[in-house]
Amino acid sequence: MTVLSKTKDGKGLARPIYLDYQATTPCDPRVVQAMLPYFTEKFGNPHSRNHVYGWEAEDGVEKAREQVASILGADMKEVIFTSGATESNNLALKGVAHFYKDKRNHVVTCVTEHKCVLDTCRHLEQEGFSVTYLPVGKDGLIDLGQLEEVVTERTAIVSIMAVNNEIGVIQPLAEIGAICRKKGAFFHTDGAQAVGKIPIDVNAMNIDLLSVSGHKFYGPKGIGALYVRRRPRVRLVAMINGGGQERGMRSGTLPTPLCVGLGEASAIAQAEMGVENVRLSALRDRLLGGIRQRLPEVYLNGDLDRRIPGNLNLSFAFVEGEGLMMGVKDLSVSSGSACTSASLEPSYVLRALGVQDEMAHTSLRLGIGRFTTDEEIDYAIDHIVEAVSRLREMSPLWEMHQDGIDIQSIEWAEH
Amino acid sequence: MAYSEKVIDHYEHPRNVGSFGKEDGAVGTGLVGAPACGDVMKLQIKVSADGIIEDAKFKTFGCGSAIASSSLVTEWVKGKTLDEAAAIKNTEIAQHLALPPVKIHCSVLAEDAIKAAIADYRKKTRADDEAAE
Repeated sequence: MTVLSKTKDGKGLARPIYLDYQATTPCDPRVVQAMLPYFTEKFGNPHSRNHVYGWEAEDGVEKAREQVASILGADMKEVIFTSGATESNNLALKGVAHFYKDKRNHVVTCVTEHKCVLDTCRHLEQEGFSVTYLPVGKDGLIDLGQLEEVVTERTAIVSIMAVNNEIGVIQPLAEIGAICRKKGAFFHTDGAQAVGKIPIDVNAMNIDLLSVSGHKFYGPKGIGALYVRRRPRVRLVAMINGGGQERGMRSGTLPTPLCVGLGEASAIAQAEMGVENVRLSALRDRLLGGIRQRLPEVYLNGDLDRRIPGNLNLSFAFVEGEGLMMGVKDLSVSSGSACTSASLEPSYVLRALGVQDEMAHTSLRLGIGRFTTDEEIDYAIDHIVEAVSRLREMSPLWEMHQDGIDIQSIEWAEH
Repeated sequence: MAYSEKVIDHYEHPRNVGSFGKEDGAVGTGLVGAPACGDVMKLQIKVSADGIIEDAKFKTFGCGSAIASSSLVTEWVKGKTLDEAAAIKNTEIAQHLALPPVKIHCSVLAEDAIKAAIADYRKKTRADDEAAE
């Protein structure tokens, strides 16, 4: 195990501990190794049919397609490469909505989706589609009864994310898939935070379209995939027209090294997921337990059990999130506080769970992953406890709480 | 976002953190902002018999810029008369701390906190004067 290296004065770390694995992950060195030959020696255009440069690049791409298909339980013909989950989500929603618009003009999604799904749905609304945004419960999950009610014979596509990027909760995919299949609507899931983290089986779960992002599970940035079911066949209108690559659904020369990287990342994740999730669960429990043992008034946002092991989202009551992030400068984390976003609004995901604004302002997202160590977790616990304790001593709200004053009972002048 | 050195200095070494007893007649307390908006400042001033602010304390729930703004004004108000303190402008605070545009509201809140503390002190002394008459 590597020992954390300190700054010269010994007061902090030379480089902060990375605890933001839901934002992105480092490329696994094994992924980089697999990619390297495709930059220099095997640099051919995978669509060149007339020479060995093209063939070897094509071999690399097709092996990668098989690796991606394998982690999804899909057939390789059902996987198309894209630039990432944002493009995949756009293509799935717009592509299906546009193709089936004469018979079905309704889309169902959920309020805690990633912005690229929500913004695409807004765009479809402007085009005349009707969109239903399902709420979520306090646990962050949709209500299946409600889903069943809103899906009709006019619904073209239901898009519900597999795992939420802020709170890590896992939606009941198989149950959603069963409802969609029964009603004849396609089921799309944004799998950006799920693929490589939890087992996915597109057939067992009746998933018709699924978005993949490479950089969320130790692959390179700039590559993703969209799974598009062949039986029963899902058809979509392409957004990018050109040479007809990727079965006409996504034209453009494939970036061979990136495809190979995504494939390798999938193969590694598939092989190691079982063991890795046990390790991550232990690290997560150690982090949560360590913090809660030493700090009162810490609240977990989202369900704990139906959650990927690599995510915690905690509200540290009476301490503002951005101020706290400045205090935990040896950790690279993110916050649901308003001050960290351009909009000055606290996280819409936490709001959707019914988390009060004042609690949303105190939240930190702690993401752990493949390269997180026990030593880093122990350092993080000490560092967070110290910073929260210091800031609570400076917090007028903590003082009121200690004096038994209910913060809610005060008439605040909201600004 | 990178913070200015002055903001980091006040954040890491805040001046005059703490509280005076609210019941003390020489103390004026200003509590401004709202938890739902992500910042709350409590600023207290202790005023001498001849109307000079001789001490100040603060507690703040907020980001680094909010903590720095309130820490700074506790330094600035000390030794000033109430009128002088009331004349401190948010633009001076923002300029001194080199706050970016998105953080200007922190300096506005600090100015509001001074004014609220002074108003509270004046209300108290007026009530005392009336009780004495």
